[in-house]
Parts: sequence; structure tokens; C-alpha cells
Amino acid sequence: MERNLMKGNEALAEAAIRAGCKCFFGYPITPQTELSAYMAKRMAKAGGVFLQAESEVAAINMVLGAASAGVRAMTSSSSPGISLKSEGISYIAASDLPCVIINVQRGGPGLGGIQPSQADYLQATKGLGHGDFQVLVYAPSSVQEMINLLTKAFDMADEFRMPAMILADGLLGQMMEPVEFPEAKTHQIPKPWATNGTGMKRKHNIINSLYLTPEELEKTVLDRYKRYEVLENEHTEAETYLTEDAEILVAAYGATARVAKSAVIKAREAGVKAGLIRPITLWPFPKKEIVKASENAKHILVTEMNMGQMVDDVKLAVECRVPVSFFGRTGGMVPKPSEILDKILELGGAE
Amino acid sequence: MAVVFEKPHSLCDVSMHYCPGCTHGIVHRLICEVIDEMGIEGDTIGICPVGCSVMAYDYFNCDMIEAPHGRAPAVATGVKRALPDKYVFTYQGDGDLAAIGTCETVHSATRGENIVIIFINNTIYGMTGGQMAPTTLPGQVTQTTPFGRDTSVAGFPIRVCEMLSTLDGVALAQRVSVDSVPNIKTAKKAIRKAFENQKEKRGFSIVEVLSTCPTNWGLDPIEALERLRKDMIPYFPLGVYKDITAKEDK
Repeated sequence: MERNLMKGNEALAEAAIRAGCKCFFGYPITPQTELSAYMAKRMAKAGGVFLQAESEVAAINMVLGAASAGVRAMTSSSSPGISLKSEGISYIAASDLPCVIINVQRGGPGLGGIQPSQADYLQATKGLGHGDFQVLVYAPSSVQEMINLLTKAFDMADEFRMPAMILADGLLGQMMEPVEFPEAKTHQIPKPWATNGTGMKRKHNIINSLYLTPEELEKTVLDRYKRYEVLENEHTEAETYLTEDAEILVAAYGATARVAKSAVIKAREAGVKAGLIRPITLWPFPKKEIVKASENAKHILVTEMNMGQMVDDVKLAVECRVPVSFFGRTGGMVPKPSEILDKILELGGAE
Repeated sequence: MAVVFEKPHSLCDVSMHYCPGCTHGIVHRLICEVIDEMGIEGDTIGICPVGCSVMAYDYFNCDMIEAPHGRAPAVATGVKRALPDKYVFTYQGDGDLAAIGTCETVHSATRGENIVIIFINNTIYGMTGGQMAPTTLPGQVTQTTPFGRDTSVAGFPIRVCEMLSTLDGVALAQRVSVDSVPNIKTAKKAIRKAFENQKEKRGFSIVEVLSTCPTNWGLDPIEALERLRKDMIPYFPLGVYKDITAKEDK
């Protein structure tokens, strides 16, 4: 298979087109803008639609419209823009519509900065809008994995009729790596619920999130949570590295996991039994994978590019049976392998 | 027995939640008559707003989407771009279209998005119980302008058709009223023209319909129609503000 050197943002765009994305609605924001630029160049040739919206708010609502029409639709942004999209994401989730949203995270809060960050973890996994709902959240840690997970995100979004997010960061979006595009294994399923015209052959379809009767509204939420339960039981993903005998288990996702892996290797060389667990699905959270990886752990070290947003999830996963510490950098700072190594060695009792 | 009058097929045979004397029912019917006459029910997707017509998805027989507040033109854009051969219309009130949704309205218009917008201007937020709208007239008493709209504090009403008529993407911008039989006939012709524009891919068409809200105006239905004629039409003159087919006719 042909290997190409590609920038993360552009790889995401190409992967989306290959996954059958028919409509992309974008809005410029650093550090994800190359994605829109790539779509602007390629989408029309690929038989799809690229449109630069007037705002992030409009872009996500255009996604709502295109998803209602039954086509695969996507938008991308970076942290402040995702906050603007959260209204639309709540409506999309409440209307049981599938779509893919990319967040190439940058430092926050507020306008923050434009350097890589993971400070939207809590937003993505716990509160991407008002109301009771979840979004599938995938955290790739390489350009190749962004490609693979994007295809999967479209498939899972369709199957479970919910939004899926690729939670990347400025580091992954901006870096170039050799990638290959696997033969598209995406499978598109029929969407009999789509509002694409009755053709006078069926009763009208309605895409809606309004239920003024509380009993009805509660039922729609409960139905959705049944699907979420299936996801939590059957569709969690994590990668493990040297965890079988690990006494110090490092938990990290996305770009930080790559830095953490270097630190784990160095720690092993220094005689500390370190291992790495890398959640790939941030929601559903890979609890059982973490429990298994921490069987021999004396300590868990969570490392992120934020102030410790995943720590509580890890503590809950192991039900506080193993002490959990945190090391992170924030504001657009990327942790150095040596910084994580020092922390591992400290926890591992090395002099 | 010969049928001389019936409900349009595209109008669902259900009772509506609108207040007595409200003109939503007339406008719904006009849209459905046009859809029936053009034979496009099976190819039409309607988008309702947040506001009194939030539940219009239960009244139109075509496929329907309920949009977030003000976002109907963006949702319509998404549908139309995905399905360019289908007919897409939005039905929006003044708060939805000219306050929270102004950005989406202006930009879908300037893009020449090939959609139809039916804009209900009744100078008030109806669903939430009668607050000041962007079209509330100077001096008008509402729940949030209890002493009358003071333009030195609350600014001035927006004349949407006049504003949008300056944009190149707009094919039709027409203000009509449903206060009398002749005006209702004109309104229907305007709605028909808007849908014909979409068929011919001419771009963005907006039909602004001056409407009544007897409940929140505190008037009976007859008085409400009189207010529409006496107070609203002078501030929001009826007429065609832009019609690109007018040039073609000459």
C-alpha cells in the first residue's frame, strides 16, 4: 500500500472523504484550518459539498441539516469553536442524528493560545452541551490512527445514531507522519428515519428534540442511555504497553501518550517496572481495560496536557484501590519525556 | 357529491395549538396550497423554528425538521446542499429570524442559498408570552417594554425585507399581509413565486408575512387585524423589495 507523508489535519480531511463524508461545513480557527483548506480543494472533486459557514454555530447546524437529510456530515474546529458548537451538538444528540465533529484542541480557557492542549477532556466526555447525553469520543495518538478512527467514528455514529468526536490536539493536527489509507472498509447503513422527502410513499419523517410531556422526554433519554450502555459494555478501546507486570502504570491518551511511552521505556531501563495504558475511547471510558492493566500496579500516574481532567475517571475505574497521581502541563505546554520519567522514578522508589 | 373545498393534502388533518384569531393557520394553509398545486409534497422538507410554530412539524405532511432557535436557515442550508433537487423551506417568527438568527438569515441570503423562508412578523415573541421582538414597534407595550418600546433604550425595529433586498444573493424579498382577502391572495402569489424561484434555482426567497398575535397584543381577533392595518403596515410597508424575475419580465 502506498505511504504518503501527510499533515494530521489534512489526513483527517482525506480520511473523511474516503469514509463517505458528503458534506463538510467549516469555519477557520487555528490549529485546524488546514482541514477546511483541504476540503475546499478536494471535496467538490470527490462529489461532496464544502461550505465555509458564517460561524461555528451555523456550521454545526448545517451539519444537523445534512445529517437529517441522511448523508454523512462533518465539521471541525478547535476548542473555542467547539464551545460555540455545543448548542448544536446537544440538538444533534437529542435528535438521534449521526455526525462527526473534530476538535483539534488548543490551550484554554477563553481564547487561550494556539499550542496543543487536552484541556477539553471534560467538555468532550461529560458536558458537550446541555441535557443528558453523550458523544462518542475517540482520542488518536498518531496521524495514522486519526485516519483509522475517523472511519470508525462515521460507522459508529451511524449505527448508534449519535454524534462522534475525534478529540485530537494541535500537535497531532500540525505534525506530518507517513500514513496509508486502508481500502475503505466503511459500511453505510440505510437511514429510513432521514428527512429526504417522503416521495409520497411513506408517512412524513420528523427530526425533533422537543417533547413537552415529561414522560415522553424521559423515555427518549432512557432509550438513548440503553444504547450508551451497549457502548460502555462492548465498545471501549485502549492500548496497553508493558502492563502485565507494571508496578507504575502510566495512563495517558493522544499525543501525551507518545511522550509517556518514551518515559516508560526509559523507566524500564532504569529498573522500574513501568507500563502504559492509553485510552483510545475517552467516552465510553475503558474502565475494565484500566482495571486489568493495573492488576499489579502500586501506583497509577495520569499524565495529560491539562490540569488532570482524566484523573477522576481513572480513580473511579480502579475504585481507588490503587493510588492515583497526576503530572501534566497546560496552557499549550507539551510535557517532556524527562519530566514524566522523573515522576515515574519518584513513584517507583528509584533513587 | 362534488367536492368544492377541502384541506390541502400537505396540511395534516389535525387540530392546531394556535390561539383563536392567530394568523398562523392562514399562512400554513397558503404554503400547503402552493405545495399541493406544484405537486412537490413528496420532495419538500420543511424546517420549523423555536417559537409559536415550533410544533409545525405536526401540521405539515412533508418531512419536517425542528431547528434550534434562529438556526433554521443554517439547517436548511445543510439539507439543501445535501439534497439540491429537493424543496426546502423554513417557517420562522420575528424573534427567531431577526434577533437570535440574524446572522444565519443574512448569510444564507447573501450566499443565495436556494431556499424559501416564510417570515412571520407579528412584532412580538408569542410563545414565551409577549416580550419585545426586533420588530416591536416604537411605543408598543410588551412584557419587557412595559412602558412602551423606548427607542432611546431599546433601539428601533428591523425592516427585514428592506435590509435583505440589498444583498445580491436574494431573488425575492416581498412583504405581504394576511389581514384581508385581497392581501391573502397576494400573499399566496408571493409564496408561489418563492417556491418557483427555488424550482428554477434562482436563489434565496423570503416572504415576510405581517401577522397578528391577539393573545399577546391583548386584543380580540378583529381589533388585532385593525392594529395590523393601522400600526404595522405604515411602519412595514407591503410590497416587493426585490424580485430578480421582474427584470426578466420587462
